[in-house]
Amino acid sequence: MAAETTVTAPAQSEPGQHGLVAHSDGGSAFVPVQTRSERFTSTSVDDFAQVTGLEFEWKFTPFATIKHLTTDDLDGSPTAFSYVESGGATVDWIDRSDALIGSAGAPEERASANAWTRFEKALHVKVTGEAGEETVIRRDRFDGSARAAHVVIEAVPNSKGVVILENSGSANLSENVEIVVGDNAQLTVVTVQEWDDSALHLSSHFARVGRDANLRHVIVSLGGSVVRVNPSIHLVEQGASIDSFGLYFADAGQYFEQRPYIDHVAANTRSRVNYKGALQGEKAHTVWVGDVLIGPHADGTDSYEQNRNLVLSEGTRADSIPNLEIETGNIQGAGHASSTGRFDDEQLFYLQSRGISEEEARRLVVRGFLAEIIQQIGSPALEARLSEAVEAELVRSQAVR
Amino acid sequence: MSVLTIEDLQVSVETEQGTKHILRGVDLSIGEGETHAIMGPNGSGKSTLAYAIAGHPKYHVEGGSVKLDGEEMLDKTVDERARAGLFLAMQYPVEIPGVSVSNFLRTAKTAIDGEAPAIRGWIKDLDSSMKALRMDKSFRERNVNEGFSGGEKKRNEILQLELLKPKFAVLDETDSGLDVDALKIVSEGVNRAKENTGLGILLITHYNRILRYVKPDFVHVFVAGKVAEQGGPELAVRLENEGYDRFLTGATVE
Repeated sequence: MAAETTVTAPAQSEPGQHGLVAHSDGGSAFVPVQTRSERFTSTSVDDFAQVTGLEFEWKFTPFATIKHLTTDDLDGSPTAFSYVESGGATVDWIDRSDALIGSAGAPEERASANAWTRFEKALHVKVTGEAGEETVIRRDRFDGSARAAHVVIEAVPNSKGVVILENSGSANLSENVEIVVGDNAQLTVVTVQEWDDSALHLSSHFARVGRDANLRHVIVSLGGSVVRVNPSIHLVEQGASIDSFGLYFADAGQYFEQRPYIDHVAANTRSRVNYKGALQGEKAHTVWVGDVLIGPHADGTDSYEQNRNLVLSEGTRADSIPNLEIETGNIQGAGHASSTGRFDDEQLFYLQSRGISEEEARRLVVRGFLAEIIQQIGSPALEARLSEAVEAELVRSQAVR
Repeated sequence: MSVLTIEDLQVSVETEQGTKHILRGVDLSIGEGETHAIMGPNGSGKSTLAYAIAGHPKYHVEGGSVKLDGEEMLDKTVDERARAGLFLAMQYPVEIPGVSVSNFLRTAKTAIDGEAPAIRGWIKDLDSSMKALRMDKSFRERNVNEGFSGGEKKRNEILQLELLKPKFAVLDETDSGLDVDALKIVSEGVNRAKENTGLGILLITHYNRILRYVKPDFVHVFVAGKVAEQGGPELAVRLENEGYDRFLTGATVE
């Protein structure tokens, strides 16, 4: 027997159970009850209606700032990048007619479709090695002009590797990133956003995870004006698994959004989603919408998603919305958690009572809070570098406090 | 000779029912190397005294003074008091996710001493203190108090006491929730700290079981926010036999 549970925005009308409080997800915007997998998809921008900014997909985003990425004729020519060669992977450009294009998914919204319509060549990273070597792609040569890009990261069956996209400099970019994980492969994909303060970056990731394969997917957003990275992960073969992590630190005026969607299609698939964020400064705004869909054939699914936010000052806003849809009753587990809180005064008191200054105690607590994600990345060099980057964020944010 | 002097200490706390006066004029003087036990019924203000000395923001000092060698502690921040030589072993130590015990201890030691400890001597001290408290080396890499059992948390408190070497320590019901083996290990740690550094101790307890292992020089009975009676170790024995009933007629903290 299949049990169907759909968790969407809480109903407003019915009298609530005592003590039951509606999620603070921005209120009563109408969300039609619709299975996530039934959302319209197309690779052509003209198939999508113009966006107003009120749609659930866009309602949090400062839409006026990025509207042009949904409408304009974006420059889709290849942009130069640099990369660190390490063996175990090749990096080149492929044509948009290549058979790989579209093999991991298709756009669900207009900015993504616009990028897909306009890109000329796709950056192709092909992992073939089995030693878990690292390939670092540095993308720091975008200019201010509105651009479209496409990336395909492919791990052939039985391969093992780490691919890191390091984004910095200016950006005015809408892009799609396809991730194809072959059977029994183990792939780590990390995307790091350390853009300039004025950068605009909309990125949709699509992943297809094969039989007994594992994808470790990490989003780190530290810099940029509007940064939105939405990964859709499709566990399409038996035994496929995803470890999905996110780390973000929004300063005054920064907007970071991430909407991980885990699609359990096949039986015995496993997902773990863990995003943590810190917010500091006037109008720092973060959004996390975590969708998990356990489809009718995904018997034996084991799934858990959580998002935790640490609010470091007044004037910030963190939206956190977990959604869970279950279409089969025969699963191992499915859970979610979401919390947004201020500093724990008892933690500060404890550390200070050991002689540690308030400033250093705050740093220890935030660093500890975010370390849980950094430790999961699986690249010692990047972990060390990101620890320093978080440290720098903390020092900078304390300077303005 | 160091001395901690508490004079006419009055402390209130904000509750949902409004301001509640808890300490109503506490006088105590603790000399270097002395152990003072504070005993008393629930709600008599024992833990409030501990937190007020350490400077917890929840507790408001309405009057009086706490001086360490003549220097007023109540004007200082929590961390300044710790650096001056005060230590509070907490009844319910909090978890600090993502911060390892070893990182935490080194950070605290550096803050207290004003300089980072020399690596080699520090590791040696840490190892020997942990060994004496029967703490496995793996503790160093665990996050502070995260997933620790009640007994492990208390041992971690005493580990800090031994390593940070304060002049005066307040032990807030360090014995509660410990089985007799853990109680002995923790008590030995307290006695070692006292022997090595001439630590003065304010030992807050509800039971006199710990006083068999940590011998008090003085016993103070706390009732309704002040010291109602004081004496030597024999007072603890008498309290065990008679309870607090004779202090409680007409005197509640409300």
